[in-house]
Amino acid sequence: MIDVKGLYKSFGDHEVLTDLNEHIHPGEKVVIIGPSGSGKSTFLRCLNLLEEPTKGSITFQGQEITGPKVDIDQVRRQMGMVFQHFNLFPNMTIRKNITLAPVRTGLMKQGEADQAAKELLERVGLADKAEAYPSQLSGGQKQRIAIVRALAMKPKLMLFDEPTSALDPEMVGEVLDVMKQLAQEGMTMVVVTHEMGFAREVGDRVLFMADGRIVEQNTPEVIFGNPQEERTRSFLAKVL
Amino acid sequence: MSFIENFQLKFYMAFIAENRWTQYIEGVGTTLLATALALVLGLALGVLVALVRTAHDQQRPGRHNPVLAVLNVIAKVYVTIIRGTPMVLQLLIWMFVVFTFSRNATAVGVFGLGINSGAYVSEIIRGGLMAVDGGQMEAGRSLGLPYTDTMRFIVVPQAVKAILPALGNEFIVLLKDTSLLTVIGGKELIYFAKGVANRTYDQMFPLLGAACIYLVLVLIFSWLLGLLERRMRQSDRR
Repeated sequence: MIDVKGLYKSFGDHEVLTDLNEHIHPGEKVVIIGPSGSGKSTFLRCLNLLEEPTKGSITFQGQEITGPKVDIDQVRRQMGMVFQHFNLFPNMTIRKNITLAPVRTGLMKQGEADQAAKELLERVGLADKAEAYPSQLSGGQKQRIAIVRALAMKPKLMLFDEPTSALDPEMVGEVLDVMKQLAQEGMTMVVVTHEMGFAREVGDRVLFMADGRIVEQNTPEVIFGNPQEERTRSFLAKVL
Repeated sequence: MSFIENFQLKFYMAFIAENRWTQYIEGVGTTLLATALALVLGLALGVLVALVRTAHDQQRPGRHNPVLAVLNVIAKVYVTIIRGTPMVLQLLIWMFVVFTFSRNATAVGVFGLGINSGAYVSEIIRGGLMAVDGGQMEAGRSLGLPYTDTMRFIVVPQAVKAILPALGNEFIVLLKDTSLLTVIGGKELIYFAKGVANRTYDQMFPLLGAACIYLVLVLIFSWLLGLLERRMRQSDRR
C-alpha cells in the first residue's frame, strides 16, 4: 500500500531520517517504537507529506506522492491522521469538526455528512456531544473525536502520531479501545506510540527506530521476547 | 470684567455665536467619515498584504510560486516604507508631490491614512495568523482540505478573535490621526477649530473644545470595542 524507498529527511544540517526503506501492506498494523528524537514522528509525518522528504520516494497505492505533479490534497484525503495534541478545531462544534472536510472536499453533502458523523459518534459513545465545542470535552473524548474526524473521510490508511501521549493515564484506555476496534475492522494503521501493551496486542509488525534509522523490525513476539539488537534491548529494558 | 463673565463670553464666542457649534459638528462628521473610509481601505490592504506574506512564508519548502514571490517583495517594501517614514510626511508627499492636481485635500488625506493604516493592520493580522497553533493548519491539511479552505474555515476565524483588541487600538489611533489631515488642508475637526480661533482671537476654547470632542469620541468607541470583546470572550466559554 505504501512503499518507502531511500527516504532521507534533514532539518537544516541535522539529519533526522537516514535511508529508510519500508513497505506497508494493506490491512497491516505497523507500530513504530523508539526513544524520543529517533525520528519516528518525522517518518510518520513524511508519509502524508506534512514533512517534505529531503530525498527518496514514497509510493501510495501505485502513485509516487513525492513526485512534482501530485495533488497532495487528493492523496491526503485517503490517509487519516491523528495527532498527539488532538488538534480539534476550537471554533466549531464537534459535528462541524467531523463534517467540514467531507463536505468541503465534495465527498458528501452536508446531510449525508451529518448522518455519518452521528453514526461515527455513536460508535465511540459520544453521540450526545455533537453540538458541544472541543473545550467542553476531556482529553480522551477529544482524541476519540479526532479519530472519528479522520475516519469521516473514509481513509484507506490511518496514521497515529503518539495518540495517547498527551492524555491523563485514566483516559488512555478509552482511546486505545477505539484504535483496537479499528484494527479489528481491518484498517491499515501506522502507529507511533509508547504504549508497549498496545504494540504487542495489536501490531502485526513492530519497527524499532533509533537515530533516524530502523534498527530492527519483527513481529511483536520477537521484538519484545527476543530482540536481536543491543539498542532494542537497552531501550526495552528502560520502558518495560 | 470678572473671571466668570470672561469665561462666559469666550465660551459664547467659541461655540455659540454665529452658530459656530455647527462647524464643530461638521468637523466631527468629516473626522468620523475619514476614519471609517481610511479604516476600510486600511483593512482591505492589511488583509491582502497579510495573506500574501503568510501564504508566501507557509509554502512547502522547495516549491516557490514566482507570482507569490513578487507580491511578497512588493508587500515587504510597502510595509517597510510606510512604517519607516513619518505619517505627516507621507500625507505631505501624497498631497503636494503625487496628487498635485487634486483640490480635495480631505480625499487625498483619507487615501494617505488608509495606505498608512494598511501597513500596520497587515502586521497585526500577520501576527494573529501566526499565533494560531500550527497544529490547526496541519490538522486541516491532513484531512485533505486545500490551503485556502484551511485558512478560511479554521485559521482565520481563530485569528480574528485574537487580533480584535489590537485592531480596536489601531482604529482609535486612526481616529486621532485624522487630525493630521489639517496639515494638508483637510476639513476635519481641527481645521474648523483653528478657523474659529482665528476669527475670535481666542485659541484656548476652540482647541480645548476639540480636545474634549476627541476624548468623548475615543471613550465611546473604547466602550463599544469593550462590549464586542466581551461578547467574543463569552462565546469562548461555551
